[in-house]
Amino acid sequence: MRVEAKLLLGLGLFFGLMCAVYWNWSLENAGGVMMFAAMLLGFLPGGYYYFWSRRMRARPEDDPNATAAQGAGVVGTFPGTSIWPFTLGMGAFFTVLALVFGIWLLIPGLGLVGWAAIGGVSESRRGGRV
Amino acid sequence: MPSFGAKPGDTTSSRSVFHLWQGFSIGAVVIGALVLALLGYAVLRYRARGEAIPAQTQYHIPLELAYTIVPILIVFGLFAATLVVENREVANPPTKVTINVNAFQWGWKFSYPGSSAVVVGQTTQDPVMVMPVNTDVHINLTSTDVVHGFYVKAFNFSRYALPGVVNQFTFRALNTGTFFGQCTQLCGLYHSLMFFKVKVVTDAQYQSWLASFSGNTSAAYSSSNALSQQLSTGVATKQTLSSGAK
Amino acid sequence: MTDLLERPAAAEHPEPAEQHGPTGLLKWLTTTDHKVIGLSYTITSVMMLVIGGALAELIRAQLTSPNNTLVSFAQYNELFTMHGSVMIYLFAGPFAFGGLANIIVPIQIGAPDMAFPRLNALSYWLYLTGSITMLLGFFTAGGAANFGWVAYAPLSNSLNTPGAGADLWIGGLLLTGFSAIFTGVNLVATIFYLRAPGMTMFRMPIFTWNLLVTAILILLAFPVLTAGLIMLYADRHFGTHIFSVAGGGVPVLWQHIFWFWGHPEVYILALPFFGMATEIFATFSKKPVFGYKGMVFATITIAALSLGVWAHHMFTTGVVLLPFFSIMSLLIAVPTGIKIFNWIGTMWRGQLWFSTAMLMAIGFLVTFLIGGLTGIYLASPPLDFFTHDTYFVVAHFHSVVMALVLAGMGGLYYWGPKVTGYMLNERIGKAQFWFLFIGTQVFTLPMYALGLDGMPRRMAVYPHDPQWKALNDVASLGALLIGLSTVLFVVNLVVSWKKYPAGDNPWDAQTLEWFTTSPPPHHNFYRLPAIRSERPTWDYNHPEHRALGHGTREESH
Repeated sequence: MRVEAKLLLGLGLFFGLMCAVYWNWSLENAGGVMMFAAMLLGFLPGGYYYFWSRRMRARPEDDPNATAAQGAGVVGTFPGTSIWPFTLGMGAFFTVLALVFGIWLLIPGLGLVGWAAIGGVSESRRGGRV
Repeated sequence: MPSFGAKPGDTTSSRSVFHLWQGFSIGAVVIGALVLALLGYAVLRYRARGEAIPAQTQYHIPLELAYTIVPILIVFGLFAATLVVENREVANPPTKVTINVNAFQWGWKFSYPGSSAVVVGQTTQDPVMVMPVNTDVHINLTSTDVVHGFYVKAFNFSRYALPGVVNQFTFRALNTGTFFGQCTQLCGLYHSLMFFKVKVVTDAQYQSWLASFSGNTSAAYSSSNALSQQLSTGVATKQTLSSGAK
Repeated sequence: MTDLLERPAAAEHPEPAEQHGPTGLLKWLTTTDHKVIGLSYTITSVMMLVIGGALAELIRAQLTSPNNTLVSFAQYNELFTMHGSVMIYLFAGPFAFGGLANIIVPIQIGAPDMAFPRLNALSYWLYLTGSITMLLGFFTAGGAANFGWVAYAPLSNSLNTPGAGADLWIGGLLLTGFSAIFTGVNLVATIFYLRAPGMTMFRMPIFTWNLLVTAILILLAFPVLTAGLIMLYADRHFGTHIFSVAGGGVPVLWQHIFWFWGHPEVYILALPFFGMATEIFATFSKKPVFGYKGMVFATITIAALSLGVWAHHMFTTGVVLLPFFSIMSLLIAVPTGIKIFNWIGTMWRGQLWFSTAMLMAIGFLVTFLIGGLTGIYLASPPLDFFTHDTYFVVAHFHSVVMALVLAGMGGLYYWGPKVTGYMLNERIGKAQFWFLFIGTQVFTLPMYALGLDGMPRRMAVYPHDPQWKALNDVASLGALLIGLSTVLFVVNLVVSWKKYPAGDNPWDAQTLEWFTTSPPPHHNFYRLPAIRSERPTWDYNHPEHRALGHGTREESH
């Protein structure tokens, strides 16, 4: 976890420095704001990982001498198959087409998105198959 | 020194750009040749012979440091050379001659402050920007509609014409002659036909050319053709007519 | 050493060991298996490569004579806009981080799947529908988008580019943009949380490292593009004036936003392919990646610098800070150079096996060298003023992207056997390589000369300069050779269909994905080796040939 944290914090720090130099030198706001946001995108998750890396035991994947047995067991729940990503994708498709061909396409678009949201969430609760 | 495909060009700054080009090219050719030689040697020399497993060398710290530090030094050398040429090129010394260049879909308007001279042309007839030789000429470049690119090949130079922004730069032409220019930034349907010419003349010729506009003869250089639906064109043509009417 | 691992099992919902869920069409619609999704991505993106390539052939055909009337000006604008858009947005990125990365990264780090399998499936559906949306433009009355793949405001506003094609372009990019963001999230989470025991960060293969950095760049850059597209759409339809002078907006803002995404995007495209080439060089030299740690830091440095170089695309706007962007852009040459020397170092004193994949990787190195060196010129503002928007720039980035295509083809020949269980025909593969490699040089080198002679890009005709015809004809010939190489690839797919069984590790490769079966089982591994370096499979197969540290002559332990 520590390497991950350092990677993100390091990137954030670099973007922060670059942002300071650039913004003060160029006085151009668009790039300054975007670089500042990039710095935050380094610091926010990096800080989170750093916080946890200090409080948790080293995971098997961070231990250079770990054996395969140490990591055995359930990693997480992986739904074997699911129709909801496809449903949600089609909903997004129609929603975007509504930007071009007319507002009425929002009916199937948002309908499918909502259906997929409900279906996907309840699938997670049930835990698994189509 | 070889030209590496570029040309010295016909302005003072095009010459320095050309020399910078030569410097970069020497670096590129040397580094490229080095890498290709190493690669070629490796490919020819280390072709697999049998099933032997080579030494599993993974690190050579001094070597790795060398090919980190040497490129950094080269980069700063290139940057220093860049700064010298760049500062010369973006400097805007005060000049006696100023030309306002206005790009529009799909043509150019050249007007000469302090004079009634205006040249407009588009697609079917290339407008001509007349400028004196061996004189600093200040250009104010802008656009009335979309982004255009003001590019003169013989000057080794291009600059965007941006709506709402006046870009300023200076040319000092070294030779008389007529040079092609054209729009390099995609600006819509007739982008491919958005040409102009730069005519560099002696100072005397330039003065008499300017003087010709105080009469009623601007029609020779302006053109009002079929493609004048654009608002910008309308403005340009109106100004041309008013200057002609004086 | 090879303990049995229950790790991948979805233990709460045990599934039959052999048959997983539905088959046929429903399998492809409902799958959450990263390998199947990755395969969908790969197939779709290669189809996009063919479509984009066909558009390129039309462009090159138009340019074979100065006043050609093969296509109209309007059609020509659509052609190069959609060629660029299809290749950049729909082929190169999705092929790398959606296709091969999706399949290979989880296996390389010993993960049972991506961290968010359903999100992964959603990424694919957004990518597919986004691609369809963008291409739908060709079937609308006004034609497809025609403002160039960069869509500079105010040319892209509703006054200058009315019509559905432009809106479909925006809509397609919104969908594929979200698809990329979701893939980025997925890759980062997978790499941070699902590595096998012992697979520390500095034991991840270079390909995985590059994909991690790519994913971080995606998360930094793509939201900016999405935001920009929404502003563009608002300008077009909701009466805002963000990019129009008339309402007090700033047209250059679009360029800032676009290139703040656009330059990191260049590395989002390139880094995965660098990773592919790295793996291929190591495997076919029978050596570890030379300077592994230097390679990782070079990748991170490229990513870090790439956020600070966007305005080198805007040097000629006259409104950007030239020295800052110049030095940042020049500095990127340093880590890139480190990579090139590390690749040669990997080959040095190796036992080189010139398989198709290795030839493709070497072709990549040569082509990328040309593209990289010519890129250094463009980091210098005066030289950029000289060459901007000419064919010199077109040639430069086509050298780079064609290098990526070479590396990508190498990746397909290299990992294809792992994914499908079957090899491709090497003889046809080598013929394909020579067509592709020679075609690329014949295609790009004349364009450098054309650019130096002042030919601007995006010109449908060049009536004033008929002397450019000869070089354009050569470039078109090169494009034809590249097209033939693609035909050879398709022929190879047909000829080799399920013909040459691959076995688990046909190349004696080094990284973890070659430890499992070809194709891998549903959750990738039946067993895992002990992971003590970035090449566990090699350590398992050649325990007496471990990597040597600096100055070490014998085994390190």
